[in-house]
Amino acid sequence: MALVEIRDVYKSFQRDTQKIDVFTDLSLDIASGSFTALMGPSGSGKSTLLNLIAGLDKPTRGTVRVGGADVGAMSAGQLAAWRARNIGFVFQSFNLLPVLTAYQNVELPLLLTNLSKKDRAERVRLALDVVGLSDRADHYPRQLSGGQEQRTAIARAIVADPTLMLLDEPTGQLDAKSSQEVLTLLQRLNNEFNKTIVIVTHDAHAADRAKSVLHLEKGDLIEKAAVA
Amino acid sequence: MKYLPLVLANLGRHKRRTILTIASVALALFLFASLRTVVTTLDAGSRFGGARRLVALNATGLVFPLPLAYANRIKAMPGVHSVSWANWFGGRYGDGKRFFANFAVDPVSYLAMYPEIVIPPDQKQAFLQDRTGALIGKRLLSEFGWKLGQNVTLQGTIFPGDWTFTVRAIYTPTDPAIGDDVLIFHHEYFDERIGRAGIAGWYIVEIDDPSHSPAIAKEIDDAFRNSSSPTKTGTEREFQASFATMWGNVSLLMGTIGLAVVFAILLVTANAMMMSARERTGEVAVLKTIGFSDRLLFGLVMLEAGVLALTGAFLGLGGAKLLYKATNFNAAGFLPGFNVTAATLVLGAAVAVVLMLASGLVPALRAARLPIVQALRHVE
Repeated sequence: MALVEIRDVYKSFQRDTQKIDVFTDLSLDIASGSFTALMGPSGSGKSTLLNLIAGLDKPTRGTVRVGGADVGAMSAGQLAAWRARNIGFVFQSFNLLPVLTAYQNVELPLLLTNLSKKDRAERVRLALDVVGLSDRADHYPRQLSGGQEQRTAIARAIVADPTLMLLDEPTGQLDAKSSQEVLTLLQRLNNEFNKTIVIVTHDAHAADRAKSVLHLEKGDLIEKAAVA
Repeated sequence: MKYLPLVLANLGRHKRRTILTIASVALALFLFASLRTVVTTLDAGSRFGGARRLVALNATGLVFPLPLAYANRIKAMPGVHSVSWANWFGGRYGDGKRFFANFAVDPVSYLAMYPEIVIPPDQKQAFLQDRTGALIGKRLLSEFGWKLGQNVTLQGTIFPGDWTFTVRAIYTPTDPAIGDDVLIFHHEYFDERIGRAGIAGWYIVEIDDPSHSPAIAKEIDDAFRNSSSPTKTGTEREFQASFATMWGNVSLLMGTIGLAVVFAILLVTANAMMMSARERTGEVAVLKTIGFSDRLLFGLVMLEAGVLALTGAFLGLGGAKLLYKATNFNAAGFLPGFNVTAATLVLGAAVAVVLMLASGLVPALRAARLPIVQALRHVE
């Protein structure tokens, strides 16, 4: 069953006087419980596709449905609430808030829920435990390595138990060892916790960990490869 | 409340900037409270005055005296209960740096007319019995270290020479407008020293019925209209108000300076808030990606501005209230009863709220309206 359904999406940007078409007629399904790698050269539209799925951007035409919800039809307020419940987003440059500890960073999505302080604490501890950073809860981002920062960002993405995890070049700023740790963690989240994961990457090693790989080139889906 | 740690963490990001901004707000509101208290103190002084007391002075001006002989004529008028008189002395003590009011009065009638001047009975008796005795406010006692029975010498400025008085009594005013740093002595002694000139600076007339004050004032003025020293009589409140009108432009100046200071600080705070918001464009985008709504982010930025403004207000207004109370400040006697009123504190708090709204609004709107994708390009 498709968790993400993208139908006949047309997306264009206006840059100064020039209109740039990113997608002209994109249709795509992403199954629930899948681990999909989205590859392609710079400017192929990978990040734009991720933003459309996350409801950070809206298609010029066409529909994007996630879990049955028409993302393009929601208001900004509805989208914010929907994202808080359904999307876990991880950035290339981690984007932890430097003034908050790892614990406080992970707690951020839970502040948007009605959970009590005690329940929030329980969920944060669990998320940090899953990413193997229980002992770093009180550390600030500057006190963590790149790999630890990204794992904290992943803990922040999973703490509210979202339907879908979207990761934009999650290993782009990590060394080989840290990359492997993060990718192993993502595989575990997919296999053990049945999280649906979409990862944008340039890294073939990262794509190897995915169950399916999509290639985008100039806004077109040119190849769909299944990884054994 | 669950967002407070996030707000406080953001404020702690640039501690020096936050401290300086709070200090700016605190200083602005301290000055605001101080300047407004000058105005309210002057205003309170102008409203001082018993409803049954009239003041008659020379129509030409306060510096011109009236004949002492007017006392009996005024006292004989219908509706007049009693008459007293006083003369500005203008003496100085020591190096004269500490100014305080000092004047000669007819002590028996004067003290009977001013129940606001409270004196222990034995001291009052001692003062009344000693022609060279002085009645002093309790502040002079503490400031100069004077003691009961001590001789104090003033240098006359209007009436030259050394004038030595013996401190016989200490008063406590029940109305702050009277001031607690005045030296009062016997008019009889004053008159004797200046060669029995028989002059009074002004008369205080106690009447039976306050509703008759316009008629009695007119009667007094009519009685002396064709004399060499015509009078101008009014209620004591009008008399005090005439002093306050001399400060009229000062009040306006104080108010203008106060507003200018607050406006300047508003710009400083708004600038600090905008710098802070600009630096966090990427973080705002990340919070929006997590699911923070535009409205929530607007509220968080406003809350930050609120913490800055209200902390500053608490320090500035509270500091002014405590400082002036602790030091018993009265501007060297020029502003008796100087006290930061509750109304000034409320007004200052309102200014702080306006400051919060004005300084936080632009960055809060900016955060709320920030397009996520565009902002994320800055951080990715």
